Amino acid sequence: MTTLDTHNDESRKPLWARYKYGHHWRSADEEFDACKLGFWLFLTTEVLLFSGIFCAYFIFRTKFPDAWAEGSRLLDWKIGCLNTIVLLVSSYTMAMSIYCMQTDQQRRARLNLLATFIMGGLFVVIKLLFEYVPKWSGWFLFFDPALSHYSDNIAHGKTMLGGLFRYVEGYGGKRPGQFFDYPFASSPNVPMWWSVYYCGTAIHAAHVLIGMTLIARVWWRARKLHYGPTHYTMVEMTGLYWHLVDLVWIFLFPLLYLIH
Amino acid sequence: MASHAAHHDAHHEGSYLTPKGGFLTTVIDWATTVDHKKIGVMYLFAILFMFFIGGLAAIALRTELLEPVRTAVDGTITGQLFAPSDQKSITAGNEIYNRLFTLHGAIMVFMVIVPSVPASLANFLLPILLGAKDVAFPRLNLLSWYVYVVGSMFAVGSIILGGVDTGWTFYTPYSSSWTGNEMGRTVLMVLGAFILGFSSILTGLNFVVTVHKLRAPGMGWFDMPLFVWSIYAAAIIQVLATPVIGITLLLLAFERMFKIGIFDPALGGDPVLFQHFFWFYSHPVVYVMILPGFAIVSELISVHSHKKIFGYRAIAYSSLGIALVSFIVWGHHMFASMSEMASTVFSGLTFLVAIPTAVKVFNWIMTLYKASISLNTPMLYGLMVLFLFTIGGLTGLPLATLSTDLHLHDSYFVVAHFHYVMMGGTIIALVGGLHHWWPKMFGRMYNEPMAMLCGVIVFIGFNVTFFTQFFMGSQGMPRRYASYVDEFQVYHVISTIGSYLLLLGFLGHFFVLAWSLAAGRKAPQNPWGGLTLEWYTSSPPPEHNFHHEPILKHGPYDFDTTVPPGWDPRDYPVPADAKTAASH
Repeated sequence: MTTLDTHNDESRKPLWARYKYGHHWRSADEEFDACKLGFWLFLTTEVLLFSGIFCAYFIFRTKFPDAWAEGSRLLDWKIGCLNTIVLLVSSYTMAMSIYCMQTDQQRRARLNLLATFIMGGLFVVIKLLFEYVPKWSGWFLFFDPALSHYSDNIAHGKTMLGGLFRYVEGYGGKRPGQFFDYPFASSPNVPMWWSVYYCGTAIHAAHVLIGMTLIARVWWRARKLHYGPTHYTMVEMTGLYWHLVDLVWIFLFPLLYLIH
Repeated sequence: MASHAAHHDAHHEGSYLTPKGGFLTTVIDWATTVDHKKIGVMYLFAILFMFFIGGLAAIALRTELLEPVRTAVDGTITGQLFAPSDQKSITAGNEIYNRLFTLHGAIMVFMVIVPSVPASLANFLLPILLGAKDVAFPRLNLLSWYVYVVGSMFAVGSIILGGVDTGWTFYTPYSSSWTGNEMGRTVLMVLGAFILGFSSILTGLNFVVTVHKLRAPGMGWFDMPLFVWSIYAAAIIQVLATPVIGITLLLLAFERMFKIGIFDPALGGDPVLFQHFFWFYSHPVVYVMILPGFAIVSELISVHSHKKIFGYRAIAYSSLGIALVSFIVWGHHMFASMSEMASTVFSGLTFLVAIPTAVKVFNWIMTLYKASISLNTPMLYGLMVLFLFTIGGLTGLPLATLSTDLHLHDSYFVVAHFHYVMMGGTIIALVGGLHHWWPKMFGRMYNEPMAMLCGVIVFIGFNVTFFTQFFMGSQGMPRRYASYVDEFQVYHVISTIGSYLLLLGFLGHFFVLAWSLAAGRKAPQNPWGGLTLEWYTSSPPPEHNFHHEPILKHGPYDFDTTVPPGWDPRDYPVPADAKTAASH
């Protein structure tokens, strides 16, 4: 009976307390440190990846200042600002979820993860519905604040999905490259601006989606108590990744939306 | 001591090569293994296979160049494979030639030389040399192997669909201009190189963390073998340079798929920007190719001279020095695309590279001085690298000098230069390292006289092939042309004969090594008398590398004070006047 009891004690422990580190490490701490070092190196490669986009941005900005001025004026800083706030708050909830894991507040940790996930989704939705879709097609959501600027050009008869979307004449067509049919561009190099804009924001958005996938996985495993005070490696790494995604946006936002 | 070391294989734990069960079980075991030794072996065979394909392309190129007018690659098997469906005119034939040299370059750079030593030999050896059971992230290691396979499949797929004619550098507007049905193939090839980059990043990242965190108890930074130092320096470059080619190739793929203008001048983009991005990666990556070669040479020279390596710290620091300098010299690939001021600055910086590399070469030569050299295949290859790489390095100097480069750039002089460096440095070192560690990896001895013979054939073939090209280039033969003026024919014929000799030599090596697996003598624990930690374990090593966790008691090159581990005088005779510690 006693042997059975010890066995039961071991299996009654939550998964995080039963975690076994890799056989080639001498302790769990060493493994955690190595993971952290490796992940920081990985983040360095991510920064270098984005540096290519930033480099292209600055070179073409110097070469075609007119196109850059015109292009950035066509972005609505309010939408960009809203998305910045969304990401900043999500970084806070991400950090909170790590803290809660370290202090074994499983429920709060999961709630914070969920909140981070939802805000990541919100970021992508705002990007799509208020930026990409109107710029490609000219269709605006009926409550889009930008509509007030184009009140003269709203095609009143043209609505979609029962009035959810309204059409603005001559606004769409701001797509990259061969799809560019924006009628009143004053500088021939404005398509270049949109190329850099879409490459930068799309690669960033892809990173947001990858980050959301990681968060979803961590949340799923957290439900089964995989993480706790002595083992929270994946939560911390996901957090680091999410902060990087946030940081890249912090640089993209002023460069694209604020300086003309 | 000798009696203790003589027959050490009291443990019958089985090696990492021992099959786990039937055929299917063994295949699944290898396909899902996280053992760095198995992954290294899988990488080795994949890389050797790609080396064979790339080599065949080179032979096809050399065969085509036998005649001043285009002949061989039109209508033959390669011609059928690569011919555009519509026409077979002179231009179509040149097109085939362009695709062939692109195929050769892209395969040799992205699929052979960059991963060659780090992913295969270093993957196998690095943890063992550090006294660890595995690399820091074993599953990531397996992932990087699969990423390599997927990336190679993209590239091979592009080749099967008809190949790319941009050259391995994918310069815009060659790579961004649209010529009919060619589009899908270029995107495939570019994405293949992009994916291969991730494999390289993952391996480099793994190695950096392994060196930082998994050294054996008692092993400080300056107790590490020089092999580890060089691999470490190369891994840092892999991590810091490869993402830049990642974003460059991604933008290039976007450019082709969505016709956005970043690099294509027709769309307002800047082709020089592409060149800057490309070489910001591809110059440092030249040192990802050569530093692992240096890693091997340091070991070969010291172990087979039975003498402490000269200037340990200088060699170690020079590896880091090379890594540092590698990031600030990329402009010398594009002197023609920059202002005079920028060209001058890059020319000056380029000369800096010569300093740390010369430090290495001088130290190796000093190691050989008054040493008792065992002249076997690994040592032969070590000496070959010294000879060939020095020629390659010295011919780099006229290319770094603006006034001479004006005449030599894009000529066969450049082709010869980088083959002496890349092939004479890395591939030759890889073959030497392969023979040096073959007994450790597979537990079999190869046939020494036969391997020596093949080595001599390779050496002669190499020089006949590429030394001729220095003459051709300095007389004005431009690279990347299928046809040429008659005056150059004699050089081209000599060069082609040399390439056939090279093929013969490498095939010979292949058969010697394959034969050793089938019928070679069982390898002793320490066939060369090395002192680094891999010689403390059995040949081939057990699953967890060591029977007991090794504790470091001496430096990696203390031949004068330490009896080699597992030394049996019957296994290898130490030369009479060797300054090695006598057994007692």
